[in-house]
Amino acid sequence: MRKFFGWAVMAVIVVATLFPFWWMIRTALTPAGDLLSDNAGLLPRDPTLVNFARVLGLTSEAEARAAGGSGAHIDFARYILNSVIYCTLIAAFQTLFCAMAGYAFARLRFPGRDLIFAILISALMVPPIFTLLPNFVLVKDLGLINTMAGMVAPSILMTPFAVFFLRQFFLSLPRDVEEAAILDGNGPWGIFWRISLPMSRGPLLTIGITTTVWAWKDFLWPLLVGRGEENRLVTVALGVFLQQSPNTQPDWTGLMAASTLSVIPVALLLVFVGKRLVQSLNFTGSK
Amino acid sequence: MSSTKRRDDRRAAWWFLAPVLAGFTVFYGYPAIRGAWYSVTDYSMLNTPTFVGAANYDKLVHDSQFWRSLLVTLWYVVLNIGSQTVLALIVAALMHRLTRSVVLRATLLLPWLVPNVTVGLLWMWLLDTNLGFVNHLLTSIGVGPVGFLTDAALAMPSIAAINTWAYTGYTALLLYAGMLQIPQYLYEGASIDGAGEWRMFRAITLPLLRPVLALVLVVSLIGSFQIFDTIAVTTQGDPAGATRVLYYFIYQQAFSYFQMGYASAAAVFLALILGVLTAIQMRLLRASRSDLA
Repeated sequence: MRKFFGWAVMAVIVVATLFPFWWMIRTALTPAGDLLSDNAGLLPRDPTLVNFARVLGLTSEAEARAAGGSGAHIDFARYILNSVIYCTLIAAFQTLFCAMAGYAFARLRFPGRDLIFAILISALMVPPIFTLLPNFVLVKDLGLINTMAGMVAPSILMTPFAVFFLRQFFLSLPRDVEEAAILDGNGPWGIFWRISLPMSRGPLLTIGITTTVWAWKDFLWPLLVGRGEENRLVTVALGVFLQQSPNTQPDWTGLMAASTLSVIPVALLLVFVGKRLVQSLNFTGSK
Repeated sequence: MSSTKRRDDRRAAWWFLAPVLAGFTVFYGYPAIRGAWYSVTDYSMLNTPTFVGAANYDKLVHDSQFWRSLLVTLWYVVLNIGSQTVLALIVAALMHRLTRSVVLRATLLLPWLVPNVTVGLLWMWLLDTNLGFVNHLLTSIGVGPVGFLTDAALAMPSIAAINTWAYTGYTALLLYAGMLQIPQYLYEGASIDGAGEWRMFRAITLPLLRPVLALVLVVSLIGSFQIFDTIAVTTQGDPAGATRVLYYFIYQQAFSYFQMGYASAAAVFLALILGVLTAIQMRLLRASRSDLA
């Protein structure tokens, strides 16, 4: 009986979690003209894919307008590709570079090691908003506005958290294997590439996946630096799309189709690496 | 370790650290100093910054819009952290006592994985005054329609509720991970002694979860103070400044009015709040570590 009550509450929570997603898809499948008359059932009366077609840029301007769009050029296939490139670049390189640094702080001996580490970690105390304005000026002065290079620049080389997290991990690795490799004549690079990195697949994946999720959600920085059509990310494109809405009423069916497209990649991520992602969430792994 | 002869990996270390040190210097260290410098200058991004002393801070202290945005931010933090933490505790405790299902955990995490922009759009549509589903439900029982995001008194609670929806699952999973550290036999013993679920929650779960709960709370606070995306999409600070949080205030000063110096001074202020919270977080992190060791 107690268990039944618990499961009932849980069921309500799951429905509250998932229903908004269902309503998003449901709206995306509804013809724009039906929004007022057909807004109650769980399924649309006349389901259509035209909203997906037009946000993917597959319809002519006239067709898009007829289906409730503004007729402005829009191509979410491209924005999603841009976001995938952006996330992949940041996750891959940031993880590699932070692993290298984490390894150096955990294993190599050099003067000033602990001081340099402490200075790096103190950057955790500096909130993003504080460095955002000067970084914007810097990227603008370098002429990198509306380039992928300018968009990934602040995060592709490091985050203090990843350095900290990976250093802690390397400290926990047993030393004997590495010491055997030293006797075999391996230098620091050889040990790092051939022994330590392969032993760290789990934590590296964890950091890589978490970084991907955060990068997928990035909005303000790419909005400031990458508003141009060519490198526009999916989050920025959603914001621009909302402002382009034709009449007083936002183009809801198109917006929900585009929103659905922005959810699909992370939903897939959840399907494939959900277990790792879920298990990586504990209080030391939180950001 | 004293058995190995004293090594000096100076040259190798330099290469291992080069990318991270470059990234830190250019995009963390240098801009932090530059941000502090901007805050004492008059700078519009078109002129060269000219030193004005404490003028920006003086203006800030006398700017009623700034104080309003601070109050609005605090109001949001209270609403959001309150509802989110209580809900997340309930969800985590239920999961802890009912199931270890990974599928359920992954489902609850879904709203957190979605960009805040998408979350904002989605709820803007659900809460739409004329066509939104929530108002459809309300009118069918004879209430409303309610202008959730257009009514000055309701806009901030609505946004807090939206972000509670987006972050409760994530917070619950952090708390749940903490609960898994509590030894199972405590519950078995209490159960034999005839304690009910509520009693066990108060006598076992809550006290033993305290270090984790404190940490999760501070992490959520840090995130909550930096709310921006949801507001940028849904209300853009409106109606009449009712949702103009500190982060949005800084954004507007910098990129709508091009007052980089003034915006930087406000950013220094926010950085101080967040710096204190982060320092607390690090202390708690160290404390929870030594507890488990």
